[in-house]
Amino acid sequence: MATAELRREAPTAAARRERGALPNPDVQSYSDVNRDVLKVLSRPGPGWWILFGLAAGGVGLFFTSWFWQIYKGIGVSGLNAPVGWGVYITTFVFWVGIAHSGTLISAILFLFRAPWRQSIYRAAEAMTVFAVMTAGLFPLIHVGRVWHAYWLIPYPNSRFLWPNFRSPLVWDVFAVTTYFTVSAVFFYLGTIPDLAAARDQARGLRKKFYHFISLGWRGTDREWHHFSKAYIYLAALATPLVLSVHSVVSWDFAMAIVPGWHTTIFAPYFVAGAIFSGVAMVITLAVPMRKFFGLENYLTVKHFEAMAKLCLVTGTIVLYAYLTEYFLAWYSGEPPERGSFWNRAFGHYWWANWTMLTCNGLVPLMLWFKRVRRSISALFVISIFVNIGMWFERFVIIVTSLSHEYEPWAWGLYRPSIVEMGILIGSFAWFGFWFLLFTRLLPPVAIAEMKEVLPPPLRRRRGS
Amino acid sequence: MARRSDDRQGFFAVFEHLDSTVDACKALRAAGYKKFRAFAPLPEHHLLEDGLALEHSPVRVFTLSGALTGAATGFGFTSWTSLDWPLVTGGKPLLSIPAYVVIAFECAILFGALATVIGLFINAGLPNFRRKVAYHPACSSGAFGIYVPVSAAKASEVREILTSHHPAELREDQEGFDA
Repeated sequence: MATAELRREAPTAAARRERGALPNPDVQSYSDVNRDVLKVLSRPGPGWWILFGLAAGGVGLFFTSWFWQIYKGIGVSGLNAPVGWGVYITTFVFWVGIAHSGTLISAILFLFRAPWRQSIYRAAEAMTVFAVMTAGLFPLIHVGRVWHAYWLIPYPNSRFLWPNFRSPLVWDVFAVTTYFTVSAVFFYLGTIPDLAAARDQARGLRKKFYHFISLGWRGTDREWHHFSKAYIYLAALATPLVLSVHSVVSWDFAMAIVPGWHTTIFAPYFVAGAIFSGVAMVITLAVPMRKFFGLENYLTVKHFEAMAKLCLVTGTIVLYAYLTEYFLAWYSGEPPERGSFWNRAFGHYWWANWTMLTCNGLVPLMLWFKRVRRSISALFVISIFVNIGMWFERFVIIVTSLSHEYEPWAWGLYRPSIVEMGILIGSFAWFGFWFLLFTRLLPPVAIAEMKEVLPPPLRRRRGS
Repeated sequence: MARRSDDRQGFFAVFEHLDSTVDACKALRAAGYKKFRAFAPLPEHHLLEDGLALEHSPVRVFTLSGALTGAATGFGFTSWTSLDWPLVTGGKPLLSIPAYVVIAFECAILFGALATVIGLFINAGLPNFRRKVAYHPACSSGAFGIYVPVSAAKASEVREILTSHHPAELREDQEGFDA
């Protein structure tokens, strides 16, 4: 009889904890999960309001700087020949990269059935959506005349000539818009059952809000049956998508014949770097979230250790890619290629290159030690180093390569202007603004999926 | 002619335990009831597969057709626009297939994902904002549920089946709801 089978099959709480899914024994029943996660959505404390105020101020800085640039013209940025791509494109690539770990954790680890993903993936997915929302603004900022931004959409000009689909910049429009759409859909679909749980606990206007955005979800067999299949197919589509998006972003550079850009390792190198920076950002966000919202039972040391291992693997790939780049620059025997890398290490931007190597290459090596991987404060500090290092990586790749191309008379330097710095700092605030709203409006831990790692409530005990 | 509310009624049984829910579903099916609904706070595969014996979900057909349509659109769009005004750029062939693979791939994923959502909405009946639907808020927290719409003649049989599986609560709706 299948129910007897169910009792035999259902692993005990001890066996599940052994697997590391949910080590804290305080969480025992399905309703405990609802209680602990939904309490986060109640009245925010003063700490949240302070952070929200800071984020709102930063958003003000972001838009003020941008409007100043629109009013005065792109000349207020430091962009000029030969460095036509600077902080804006650097930050665009940085935020697209940050987005990647959310899809990795939500889709790829879902397909691989990694049991630790359940408690962290909702926050990681939210981070993905907000990071792409932030990244998507940068091409608009970068083009200067933002009122012509619709030119990015592929449509024919007045003489019926279509855009050149061999151009990686056109590919990028397709890749980033697809990525935003698919990750937003994936994120929203995953939250629907949890929004229904929030609806059932809420009152008044909040109840109406949750009722509307949960689409009237009731958790019927019909809904779950199709939902769980749709979720698998979306995960299966998102997995190759995440690998393709940063590959396409890397081809924005690699398809050009600029020394320092034109290499075949760019796609895997960028994808590994993206996941590396994204996992670091998840750690940076999860540490305070866990503390402020009392989610220690859900985000345990085991989860952080798993993320630290992901950081270590991808960080090692990134370090290997750095070394390969230097080796190949020497081995190619091409003077411009050699010159470009010599310039990176010892030229005008040496400080950016060594910041990158220290933050991304050396500091993460500490993750080889189990004690470091299991120390949440150490991980928080390392994750911030990685965030800084990964921003500098894109700065080094973009700016040093453009400033030192083939002809010595065409070499030149670039210095970010105060407007660019305002927009860069403001972009973090814009991202934080949405993330803070998320923690108050949507359940920050996946309620229904957390229940899957708990033992089911059985009337007759196992083996009886 | 009897009014609908006289003829149809419904039972909502709330269960605390998964095994009781699965057993109750099987007993209902064995007694010949097909049009009942189970409710759960998580996608519990024992309930869906053993209790209700649900077949393959047709959502996969939507996903596949969406992805194929997307790939065809991506290739078709790039090829057609290149041939619409033949202009050689960079010495590349007019139909630069490797370059167009990128666009076709992204379109395949985009169309596939959107078709999956459409497939889910059609098959699962979402969004569902009808007012008179069977529901119990405990089913989004820790409890399972079964709703059986039944005619007045069969009411006592259904009540007996549900009661024998130890529900935490058995609600009798005089007026049948949409299951």
